[in-house]
Amino acid sequence: MGRTLKFDIFRYNPEEPASQPRMQAFTLDETENMTLFIALNRLREEQDPGLIFDFCCRAGICGSCGMVVNGRPRLACQTKTKDLPETITLLPLPVFKLIGDLSVDTGVWFREMYQKTESWIHTTKEFDHTKEEERMDNAVAEQIYELERCVECGCCIAACGTARMRDDFLGAAALNRVARFVVDPRDQRTDKEYFEIIGNDYGIFGCMGLLACEDICPKNLPLQNQLGFLRRKMGITAIKQFLGK
Amino acid sequence: MYTHTSDLLVIGAGLAGERVAVESALAGFDVVCLSIVPARRSHSSAAQGGMQAAIGNCAMGEGDNTDVHFMDTVKGSDWGCDQEVARMFADTAPIEMRRLAHWGVPWNRVVPGKSFYFKGGEKFEKFEKPEKEGLITARSFGGTAKWRTCYTSDGTGHAVMCTMDNKCAELGITVLDRKEAISLIHDGEKCMGAVVRCLRTGKLEVYLAKATAICTGGYGRLYSATTNAVICDGAGNAIAQETGVVPIGNPESIQFHPTGIVPTDILVTEGCRGDGGTLLDVNEERFMHIYEPEKAELASRDVVARRMTEHMRAGHGVKSAYGEHLWLDIRHLGDKHISTKLREVDEICKNFLGVDARTQLIPVRPTQHYTMSGIRTDKTGAAYGLKGLYSAGESACWDMHGFNRLGGNSLAETVVAGGIIGKCIVEYLHGTETTYSTAVINAEVKRQQQRIDDLIAGRLGKENVYKVRAEMQEALMTGCFVFRNEKDLLTCIETLQGIYERSGRIGLVSNGLGANHEVAAALKLRGQVRLALGIAAGALARKESRGSHNREDFPARDDKNWLSRTLAYWPENADMPVLKYEDATPHFEIPPGDRGYGGGTIIQADPETIAAKTIKR
Ligand SMILES: Cc1cc2nc3c(=O)[nH]c(=O)nc-3n(C[C@H](O)[C@H](O)[C@H](O)COP(=O)(O)OP(=O)(O)OC[C@H]3O[C@@H](n4cnc5c(N)ncnc54)[C@H](O)[C@@H]3O)c2cc1C
Ligand code: SF4
Ligand code: SF4
Ligand code: FES
Repeated sequence: MGRTLKFDIFRYNPEEPASQPRMQAFTLDETENMTLFIALNRLREEQDPGLIFDFCCRAGICGSCGMVVNGRPRLACQTKTKDLPETITLLPLPVFKLIGDLSVDTGVWFREMYQKTESWIHTTKEFDHTKEEERMDNAVAEQIYELERCVECGCCIAACGTARMRDDFLGAAALNRVARFVVDPRDQRTDKEYFEIIGNDYGIFGCMGLLACEDICPKNLPLQNQLGFLRRKMGITAIKQFLGK
Repeated sequence: MYTHTSDLLVIGAGLAGERVAVESALAGFDVVCLSIVPARRSHSSAAQGGMQAAIGNCAMGEGDNTDVHFMDTVKGSDWGCDQEVARMFADTAPIEMRRLAHWGVPWNRVVPGKSFYFKGGEKFEKFEKPEKEGLITARSFGGTAKWRTCYTSDGTGHAVMCTMDNKCAELGITVLDRKEAISLIHDGEKCMGAVVRCLRTGKLEVYLAKATAICTGGYGRLYSATTNAVICDGAGNAIAQETGVVPIGNPESIQFHPTGIVPTDILVTEGCRGDGGTLLDVNEERFMHIYEPEKAELASRDVVARRMTEHMRAGHGVKSAYGEHLWLDIRHLGDKHISTKLREVDEICKNFLGVDARTQLIPVRPTQHYTMSGIRTDKTGAAYGLKGLYSAGESACWDMHGFNRLGGNSLAETVVAGGIIGKCIVEYLHGTETTYSTAVINAEVKRQQQRIDDLIAGRLGKENVYKVRAEMQEALMTGCFVFRNEKDLLTCIETLQGIYERSGRIGLVSNGLGANHEVAAALKLRGQVRLALGIAAGALARKESRGSHNREDFPARDDKNWLSRTLAYWPENADMPVLKYEDATPHFEIPPGDRGYGGGTIIQADPETIAAKTIKR
């Protein structure tokens, strides 16, 4: 303890005509159990109220606070300063549209993704409130939940080489989303229908399999397994289509 | 000026807001939902425990039914709830949970056969019936007679929020994030929509609608120590109260939780104590057994929070850079228990404190957790005072919680109330055509733009918004927290009045351009202080102790004089809220009695009055 931290923070406010992208230095005394949530709020309240960044739950559950901390995309609220060197460099996540300083527009990106992947249960069954619920195997329910744990922080997208090169690449979070519906017995979509969504270069075949997404995911989602699973499934679907089946 | 028109405007896209929106969209109406953050980041996604519904599939839930759920809810409320509403809630909850299953929630399901569970540190065996295999199961929660809490692993809120948001996407509902409502457009009789600040550009926009629903969640951020997200700041309640005609119901009714971690007040579950964890003071000695010889750490939420506060006041707190706290000790539970049964606590300690709970103590203190108080509505969700205005979820005082909300009942409320109120809004929309007065709209936009311009130019004064806000939070922490008494409440009110005055003299330090946070904080501060004054004034007036409202100087629950609900109005140009009262419930299905926990004496109500209001079902 007793350290004086030096923050190098990216600054740019697109709504301010005179603003130029630049790095700005701040210093702050470290206190016990300090997280980047505490540090950034103190900087804003005590030093520069114009500083723009996002937090919501401040507990690692909502995914608001993705940013690049000393070169690595991560959730700022669950990053303790004591695990970082005295100099801390903060940059906004790449790929997403910049709102200002450390804040990026993950909301619009993810809403578009829901539309592209049709992120909902496709079924012809109607809900009947007079009936008992349809049964489901508990193991299947748990498997679905494990894939649904994504908090849409965008860290995997920011870390992905393909996503940085092509705007239209769906990214690991989206492919994981598709996998969530593939394993759900309530969703009646066929492999062929999924193929139409992700069986191409901006979907599963655009992924270079370099693992950055899984390494970076703060929720430790098994992204590689899902990508592999979909690649095999979609590969088979492609062959079947080629053979006219 | 960007202006958007729809049938229904929903302010807030948490579970309650999106559930309301779905109902209107299914009926063919045009809906728009606004939210400060992307919908899935709403605080609903933070709830881990689960949602109450008397489905009764699992072994320990056998024999459960909606009557038992209703009774638990009324007792939990300390007879402060509207029993008609609590009844609707209990009856509808099972249907809503099944509907959610149909829409995609991966509820945990019954696994047949033998298994074990722990209670009070002891191991018990249970047997799940094979014929129930695959139906929705439930877990145990405080204050309930049966296992009734439906859940998905340790992420119920997140899973339900995902499903609800997917449903909105499927129905093509417009859900816009980074849009903050800063005032309602109304003519004193009818609500026409809201003035909204875009949190991307800082520009003002207008959203007009035949009906408006405020679903902005709780307002824990009026206190400095809270488990709530930073966006749970009461702005939705404040803009309703600011109309002068819409009251806040039971402002004094705020729930505190014993174990928020220090510094960030993230919640660690009650399960720690349930499984045998202990609370220690600065000398690393236990103290709960001194105050509560029988139950010690296992006394109810409100009781433990009270005792911890007393002990710190007596000088036994641990001093830290973030104020005083106590310790939670779960070291003796051992590695296996901590890494399995308390996995989530283990992770919170590691990620936010760098503490290994196997070998180190966890710093904790009582912290604000839930607002039973809110925009007062009738049972259809219609706000008192303005036609076309509705509210649902934690922002509302629909009033099934009275003076204490049971764990698992609020997440369930969001979807149950959302469904019921959504239907009532559909009925209203079917019977309503409207006209919008451009004069009223323009005047309101102009007023809001003027406020922003004044803040930026520093025309009102030089007060710092963050400083004034912190003082408001501290005033409530010291004067109107777990314990209340006349002396402290009077001081609190006096302090808050000074703060209210200063909140009118804020001047920005930054230039206020774009997605500027200082502007957002400054715009809502005045409304927040009004809400804070409502909490304190309501607490001062209520000379009894009921549920979470504890008056040291009036420890009895007084059914004779206080079987009532407070309504806090803020007339134009007032500097204090005006308090009015109404009966807590139109009738009793369960007449007031002993809760069976929490102790305390009861001053009986007049038996004849009670008998006259009691109905049989
Ligand atoms: C840590 C924690 C754990 C909990 N666990 C449980 C549990 O296990 N079981 C249970 O039953 N309950 C639990 N609760 C309580 C429960 O989570 C909440 O009561 C419930 O989720 C509230 O839902 P809501 O839809 O009313 O509001 P929220 O989910 O809070 O949504 C509010 C919405 O309003 C928006 N908003 C706010 N202000 C504005 C504005 N001015 N303009 C536009 N939009 C605005 C927000 O962006 C958000 O979209 C827990 C609460 C906490 C804090
Ligand atoms: S494995 Fe695929 S999705 Fe993941 S980072 Fe690499 S290219 Fe991107
Ligand atoms: S998959 Fe992981 S890294 Fe990617 S958005 Fe979801 S939680 Fe974030
Ligand atoms: S603020 Fe929610 S994850 Fe960081």
